[in-house]
Amino acid sequence: MSSLEVKDLHVTINGSHILQGVNFLVPENKVSALLGRNGVGKSTTLKAIMGLNPGTGSIKFGGTEVVAMPTHKIVQMGMGYVPEDREIFASLTVKENLSLAARDEQPNYDLVYSLFPELLTRTGQRAGTLSGGQQQMVAISRALLNKNKILLIDEPTKGLAPKLVTEVAKSLAHVADHSTMLIVEQNLALVKAIAQNIIVMDQGKVVFEGGPENLQDESFVKSMLGVSGGHK
Amino acid sequence: MSTFLLILITGIGLGALYFLVASGLSLIYGLMGVLNFAHGAFLTIGAFTGLWISTKVFPNPTTLTFILSMLAGGVMAGLFALLMEQLVITRLYNRHIDQALVTVGVSLVVTALLGGWFGFDAQFLPTPLWFMNAVTIGDAIIPVDRFIYIAVAAILLIAMLSILRFTRIGLIIRAGVENRAMVTALGINVRLAFSTVFFIGGFAAGVGGVLISVFSYGVSPLMGGSWLIYGFIVVVVGGMGSIAGSAIAAMLIGITNQFANYYFTGLGDFVVVIILATVLLTKPSGLLGKVSH
Repeated sequence: MSSLEVKDLHVTINGSHILQGVNFLVPENKVSALLGRNGVGKSTTLKAIMGLNPGTGSIKFGGTEVVAMPTHKIVQMGMGYVPEDREIFASLTVKENLSLAARDEQPNYDLVYSLFPELLTRTGQRAGTLSGGQQQMVAISRALLNKNKILLIDEPTKGLAPKLVTEVAKSLAHVADHSTMLIVEQNLALVKAIAQNIIVMDQGKVVFEGGPENLQDESFVKSMLGVSGGHK
Repeated sequence: MSTFLLILITGIGLGALYFLVASGLSLIYGLMGVLNFAHGAFLTIGAFTGLWISTKVFPNPTTLTFILSMLAGGVMAGLFALLMEQLVITRLYNRHIDQALVTVGVSLVVTALLGGWFGFDAQFLPTPLWFMNAVTIGDAIIPVDRFIYIAVAAILLIAMLSILRFTRIGLIIRAGVENRAMVTALGINVRLAFSTVFFIGGFAAGVGGVLISVFSYGVSPLMGGSWLIYGFIVVVVGGMGSIAGSAIAAMLIGITNQFANYYFTGLGDFVVVIILATVLLTKPSGLLGKVSH
């Protein structure tokens, strides 16, 4: 059964037709990775699903049509989002960032602090003064506080030091064990480790859907993603 | 020394009035990106409500009736701001030029309606007799009304900062000033924050309108326009979206204006424009600006 069904999704931004009829399914309780070269529309797709980029076509979340629905209502249906550039609130403390995101009556702070114990020691610190890795922890934590039906995660390891990439990857792997997730990620090692389904985009369209075993094929990776296998 | 003290306290008092006008403008622009040219109308509506309370409802002014007239002026202006936000602004989100034009229109309509109803001549707003008193500090004789402006602005500043700091809606407003889209991406209906900000901004301007009527010796339909210009200057200097920035900028401009007017007769406004230009050239985001959208 699919958690998310995207059909013929079109998005135009400032006159540019970015998404040109995107179609894919995100199966329930599986991790799907949205892959492709830079600028093919991966982040735009996630934003369109979130309602942050207005689009046309159909996006069904748990069977409900969410195209043209306000973003906050889509999120309240159980969609968590970790944006590409973290977008934490720099002037708020870590605690305020988290409490702002808490929707459930009993937000799962235990999970957040067990995955990222470092945050527990920095609750009173302004998020803008955290390192890039710590900011990413806050961004991911905001999505994990609530019982979401699906997590949309956009390039969680982008710009992080290798040690932090490992740490964030471990946390995502832990979360992936019991979540439906749609992740945009350039780090193929991470994708191979956690994804059960891959979706490849090119020029605003989906050009491949299949299993992660395809990522073992060097020629597939090179032709689809323009990079060598393993790490980018 | 006595003159210096008189000018300083008068400048702080004037700054307090500027703050009451500018604080709402700053929050409204900071959170919603709305350049609200109708903010002067909120001030005028507050002033006329205060006038009505002080002349028709309680014609014998006392301290209590003056406080009531300030509160009524604030509430009426806040409700008008809320009504305008619900009826007009909500239909024009992200259409910034349309918002500016429509708020200019609202401002003109309010001025014309009040002028047609009450006339354009300034009308005296009665105050308790002790408002005419002065206190002696050192050698300086300071009119007592200055301290009232300062006290009211300080109370509203503390109230606003407390709302922003200690309430859930305040947290949403602070986050929304930084990144409105991300607030909605956390599942929060930011419209409630918009309405709250419009009411708070209208309330502060309405209270300011009553006090400005005392400071300017009268209530007039045209008063909003002239004070709005100073409100915008304070917002730009202080930084969009920052209440603390507005407070600092209001004091800076009020005090500088008064000293410049005294020592360089009539150059107060010119010096304010110099401050504005300096801030725009050296720190375009303002002293404590937070807005990123």
